[in-house]
Amino acid sequence: MFAYDSVILARMLTSMTLVFHIIFATIGVGVPLLISAAEYIGIRKRDPHYVLLARRWTRGFVIIVAVGVVTGTAIGLQLFLLWPTFMQIAGHVISLPLFMETFAFFFEAIFLGAYIYTWDRFKGRYTHWYLSLPVIIGGGMSAVFITSVNAFMNTPQGFTLVGRTITSVEPLKAIWNPATPSKVFHVLTSSYMTCGAVLAAITAFFILKYGNNQYYKKALKVTMIVTLIFSIFTAIAGDTSAKFLATYQPEKLAAAEWHFETEKGADLILFGKLTEDNEVKGAIHLPKLLSFLSFGDFNSEVIGLDRVDADLIPPLWIHYMFDLMVTLGAYSIMISMLFVLFMFWKKRDQYNKWLLRAIVINAPFAILALEFGWIYAEVGRQPWIMRGYLRVAEGAVSSPYVHIAFAMFLILYVLLGTFVTVVLVRLYKKNPIQKEWEQRFPDTLFGGDQK
Amino acid sequence: MSYEILGLSALWFFLFAYLIIASIDFGAGFFAYYAKQTKKDHILNRLIARYLSPVWEITNVFFIFFYYGLAGFFPDAGYYYGSAMLIPGSIILVLIGIRGSFYAFENYGSRSSLVYTFLYGASGLLIPAAIATGLTISEGGFLREANGSVYLRYTELLTNPFSWAVVFLAIVSVLYISANFLTYYASKAGDEPAKKLLRSYALFWAAPQIIASLTAFIAISRQNPEHYNNMLDLWWMFGLSILFFLIAVYLIYKEKRFGLSFICVMLQFFFALLGYGIAHMPYILYDQIQVAADATLPAMGTALLLAFGGGLLMLIPSLILVMRMFLFDAEYVKGKK
Ligand code: HDD
Ligand code: HEM
Ligand code: HEM
Repeated sequence: MFAYDSVILARMLTSMTLVFHIIFATIGVGVPLLISAAEYIGIRKRDPHYVLLARRWTRGFVIIVAVGVVTGTAIGLQLFLLWPTFMQIAGHVISLPLFMETFAFFFEAIFLGAYIYTWDRFKGRYTHWYLSLPVIIGGGMSAVFITSVNAFMNTPQGFTLVGRTITSVEPLKAIWNPATPSKVFHVLTSSYMTCGAVLAAITAFFILKYGNNQYYKKALKVTMIVTLIFSIFTAIAGDTSAKFLATYQPEKLAAAEWHFETEKGADLILFGKLTEDNEVKGAIHLPKLLSFLSFGDFNSEVIGLDRVDADLIPPLWIHYMFDLMVTLGAYSIMISMLFVLFMFWKKRDQYNKWLLRAIVINAPFAILALEFGWIYAEVGRQPWIMRGYLRVAEGAVSSPYVHIAFAMFLILYVLLGTFVTVVLVRLYKKNPIQKEWEQRFPDTLFGGDQK
Repeated sequence: MSYEILGLSALWFFLFAYLIIASIDFGAGFFAYYAKQTKKDHILNRLIARYLSPVWEITNVFFIFFYYGLAGFFPDAGYYYGSAMLIPGSIILVLIGIRGSFYAFENYGSRSSLVYTFLYGASGLLIPAAIATGLTISEGGFLREANGSVYLRYTELLTNPFSWAVVFLAIVSVLYISANFLTYYASKAGDEPAKKLLRSYALFWAAPQIIASLTAFIAISRQNPEHYNNMLDLWWMFGLSILFFLIAVYLIYKEKRFGLSFICVMLQFFFALLGYGIAHMPYILYDQIQVAADATLPAMGTALLLAFGGGLLMLIPSLILVMRMFLFDAEYVKGKK
């Protein structure tokens, strides 16, 4: 009896931790890129305003990272606490990327410490900026390694399993499994995109609140360009991921697309509703587009759910997750494209109120897209924990105490969530930009105009 | 040497490193709280902000490294510990959560409240106590296998004098190591009041530390006679450990060479942990997990070792860089930067 309950609870606890961790982890991966870019432009153009921007971003970043570290430590240990059987078997294979991930963490943590505490300490103009590079690389590498673990769960390879025992392994083949390239590409690009969107939104929010000036304009320009570039790359990477699924994990794509019959020239189904007997209502059908998305050919054959064993079909509600992710991604491309277009097209004002509001909304949207994307990818793997080898129920801990652990972590995350918000707000309230500006640039008005 | 022995040595070494650097951090939490209670917090706060804040994340990675590494080289150990440690492990994680947020708070929030400092201090003692259960369990007799799964015998764990001896040892060692290091750091920073205060802490915790060590040593004889006898065969290692303990205390007492004194503290724990570890062989978890029999496959073991070597090549220069910036840069330590 409690074996069953502990499976459900273990899944709930894992999802809760990951959904929470991913927000902080994404910021941990992406924001260093923006900080580094701002500092670089500042040094390059000898414009201290950009450097100030980098400094102020860094302060908030450090707090977010602290939460990323503790939630990451939690999920790392929870993998063993909640999924011991899975880790016993898969541990023979995936411990290598996990182990390498710790070195990426070391690298990131060491240089982040060095970066934060050494502003103004060096003589060379670029010396401090160089310290940001290992932070970007460390964060990026940790994402690469952990994503390859997740990819392995989707397309396991590089080992022989006899009963419950692994009898041979090829570690590199396991890391470089078919899911790794598309997943890594998509995870990295979506991280950079999300961070661009978040920092742009903060800037847009301040412009709406306090009025515009040169400083905000610079900030918005950098962040929106990054958002645009990486929104486009995210879409390309998403397309790569879909092509990967069509070949290697067709049931996930079919479930997300409500694609019941295997057919040539398959339609792409957007939105809609599913009736009791699996009929699609009120959806938009884009003719032959699913075939194109899957194989780059409008007439190719896409495997439908009719080719999948009934008990191996993932939950069909992931359709909404997929659609929402794609819609929100399209929104981000559109908004950032408009902004960049208006930058060059002088007749239009890229700082008009409506566009700024749209940019503010883009931040929660991007984070939601990220969550929907992961939920789609993870739930779409059901019922497997390790596709083709081990089911979720077989991998879980059997303990009568999982609900206690769940309650403990729920409280912890609520507290941590409240806590970061309060600390961040307090941090920027205590040292508002106007005040810092006056200390650093006493000869100019806030924003850069001469007094 | 075989890959599993090399792997185990690497893990042992990181465990030792974690023991030292995490103790510094954990103990500082308690002292911060204690100092606040006795209205001496202005003396210690700066030290904590300047040394501990930049390095706490690095400390944390040592912990992750250890559990990923253990489960990597010995997946079955990961299975046994993972199944059994759900509650102790979750407690550790929640406490780490509290500590992590403290550093953010300390750095950027307004002045921290007494409640928060209390949580910071208490977590500093409870985390090592909870982690130490891992060592306790490794002596055997605390796990039960049933229905194809592994369970922790909570009653046995909570009523056994041995497990309390280990908890006591963990807490006292944390305070002792921390006080010794911080004394050295304060003296380097030329911070006389902090140095005086911390030196008194270091002396105060010396006697309990050695008593706790001996108690735990004797308690092993009842819990696991085989391990105890192996330890007796390695008596000279424990002798060396005591010798370094005496030198450290002497130096601190005479107020000279705090750096050397801290090195002696490290050597004290180095030999104690080494003797303990070698005597523990060939078991990782008594009766269930053995080093050679339960190691991961050779291909994986070799890959892990290669990754470890590559990682070290990258890690060591970076660590040296940071230490030079924060630990050995006299200007930074003195607060001039
Ligand atoms: C900002 C976030 C974001 C945005 C805008 C998009 N995605 Fe995404 N998507 C993710 C964030 C994400 C993710 C969180 O990064 C996932 C979860 C697992 C993964 O590999 O990436 C993901 C998974 C994921 C998968 C499943 C991959 C797998 O399970 O292996 C597919 C097929 C797509 N995405 C496709 C797209 C397409 C066609 C998009 C069109 C614009 C798109 N995504 C936008
Ligand atoms: C960080 C973004 C991630 C999010 C938001 C996320 C979300 C989820 C969700 C919602 C589930 C529950 C699925 C269900 O029970 O139906 C789940 C399960 C799981 N995920 Fe992920 N996941 C993420 C990344 C990863 C990665 C990178 C790994 C591998 C290292 C991973 C390992 C697992 C495991 C072991 C389970 C439990 C087994 C299962 O239910 O399939 N997850 N995750
Ligand atoms: C794809 C989803 C994930 C990404 C992109 C990611 C990335 C990161 C990053 C960049 C950090 C460093 C903290 C920061 O800078 O904010 C971090 C922390 C951490 N993550 Fe995740 N992570 C993901 C999912 C997971 C999963 C599934 C696990 C568990 C296996 C995990 C384990 C950890 C651990 C142990 C830490 C703490 C590291 C430290 O102390 O520095 N992460 N993660």
